[in-house]
Amino acid sequence: MSVATKETLVDERISRPSLANRLIVRPEIGALLGAIVVFVFFSVVSDQFLTASGVATWLDDASTLGIMAVAVALLMIGGEFDLSAGVMTASTALVTAIFATQLGWNVWLALLVSLVFALAVGAFNGWLVTRTGLPSFIVTLGTFLALQGLNLGVTRLITGSVQVSGMRATDGYESAGFVFASTMDIGGTPFQISVVWWIGFAALAGWLLVRTRLGNWIFAVGGSAASARAVGVPVNRTKILLFMTTAAAGWLVGSINILRFASAQANQGVGLELHFIIAAVVGGCLLTGGFGSAIGAAIGALIFGMARQGIVFANWDSDWFMLFLGAMLLGAVLVNNTFRRRAERVRR
Amino acid sequence: MTTTEPLIEVEDVGKTYGSVIALRDVSTVVNPGEVTCVLGDNGAGKSTLIKILAGVHQHDSGTFSFEGRPARFASPREALDAGIATVYQDLAVVPLMSVWRNFFLGSEPRITWGPFAMLDRRRGRTVAREALAEMGIDLRDVEQPVGTLSGGERQCVAIARAVHFGAKVLILDEPTAALGVKQAGVVLRYVAQARDRGLGVVLITHNPHHAYPVGNRFLLLKRGRSLGSYEKSKITLAELTQQMAGGAELEALEHELRAAQT
Repeated sequence: MSVATKETLVDERISRPSLANRLIVRPEIGALLGAIVVFVFFSVVSDQFLTASGVATWLDDASTLGIMAVAVALLMIGGEFDLSAGVMTASTALVTAIFATQLGWNVWLALLVSLVFALAVGAFNGWLVTRTGLPSFIVTLGTFLALQGLNLGVTRLITGSVQVSGMRATDGYESAGFVFASTMDIGGTPFQISVVWWIGFAALAGWLLVRTRLGNWIFAVGGSAASARAVGVPVNRTKILLFMTTAAAGWLVGSINILRFASAQANQGVGLELHFIIAAVVGGCLLTGGFGSAIGAAIGALIFGMARQGIVFANWDSDWFMLFLGAMLLGAVLVNNTFRRRAERVRR
Repeated sequence: MTTTEPLIEVEDVGKTYGSVIALRDVSTVVNPGEVTCVLGDNGAGKSTLIKILAGVHQHDSGTFSFEGRPARFASPREALDAGIATVYQDLAVVPLMSVWRNFFLGSEPRITWGPFAMLDRRRGRTVAREALAEMGIDLRDVEQPVGTLSGGERQCVAIARAVHFGAKVLILDEPTAALGVKQAGVVLRYVAQARDRGLGVVLITHNPHHAYPVGNRFLLLKRGRSLGSYEKSKITLAELTQQMAGGAELEALEHELRAAQT
């Protein structure tokens, strides 16, 4: 019996996967190739693109988008969406600004309040999605609209206008600004500190995803929540944690914005949630969950930043950016779809 | 066959959902190193019975004892911790994840430094490969997604996982239902392997041809009631098939069809 079983499953039809084949199943490979193409293209068509200040510009553009894209990618791998992620960057900035300028609180304390606010909204999103079983698309659309209304309503109620300014005069602005919005000189060119946050967050998320138990659970709850539950994975806790991570990333970006520009507009952030999802999808995340990469999402944001600023450097009309974005998104989805079919293919 | 204490013993067990009697007066035993097959048509109560054993539902009447003590599991996790592992037909594995990640899902091997912990990937891969090889499943690449495996192989990964993590009872819910003839044979081989390692196996199926070669005992269910629990020596394949097919009912149907033809 045992002799027979040993032979059965050595399948002579399986050949050893080639290097190319093993590379192609990595979710971020498409984004990496895309990034190289975009980089080379704009380096050739524009003189400014490769200068130190040019690099600083497109890295800065990619950084805040990248922080969010990485968090959204984790959530998407976990099988959920967060449409309130874009407006969250404005809500947290407004909370910080209102507490610091209107109530005169120390900026660090105001930042703590807005972090608690963000985590509470994230936890609410997650709790509602896991509790009701409704699509997160609808639940977070509700939160998105509610936050958008709150941002405008509360800001107008408190300040009489749709913006909160005057951050520069607050306590703790210097030290908080140093952490979230300072610049570093590299070869005489100032680089924004947000680039460091972006790279650090992407590295942490990338490590978490493939090297920890939590990462394993994130893939499992997105790939098949029922199977994960059957082997004892805390599915709801994992999903709620992912919603809270996205909200916390929104807080980080909101803090970077408020401390850099010293004022916050109540209507900021609307529409950005789709940019985050696009960057994550370009980075190799499946819309259906269970597959993707945090590093890929960071690269997706890099493509975004390079193309958006590259078009400006090349003196083209920025209208062309949307065309580029659409083509890139379609291309990425087609490539991802092929990968998924490869991975899910059933041989009976 | 040695006379050991049964792992699971159910006596006159019953379950109602509101006014629906899903299961009534069912009795059987699961011994270590033996396969108890549960056979029945759709709606016979097979699922209800295994859900009671697996901790998804709780029984309303009769007795259910595990290792000699009365048992009532509040959740699947509780049943799993006690040593009852269930492999559901569709819910066995996560297709997009690699073989070793599936193997260890929920019980990941980790290296810890103080408060920090990370996956021990090397050990995960090695142990998964070895555990699968011990069951006779030879996979060259445990990094490949489970989705690239055949339906039978996926069931086998789930079975090997249950065996590796020390299950005493293995419940298999229709493991051969969606498989071709050859693949079904492969799965039945692993059922026999698990049995030979001393596990008590509960095999749910509606195919007597799959049940008979590996089973030691056959519990026949119909419309929530037991038609009897037979030892293999007490029943032949033909009788089993006859019982399963509805016995007298089918004969009557045959007569009716023949009469209609002429």
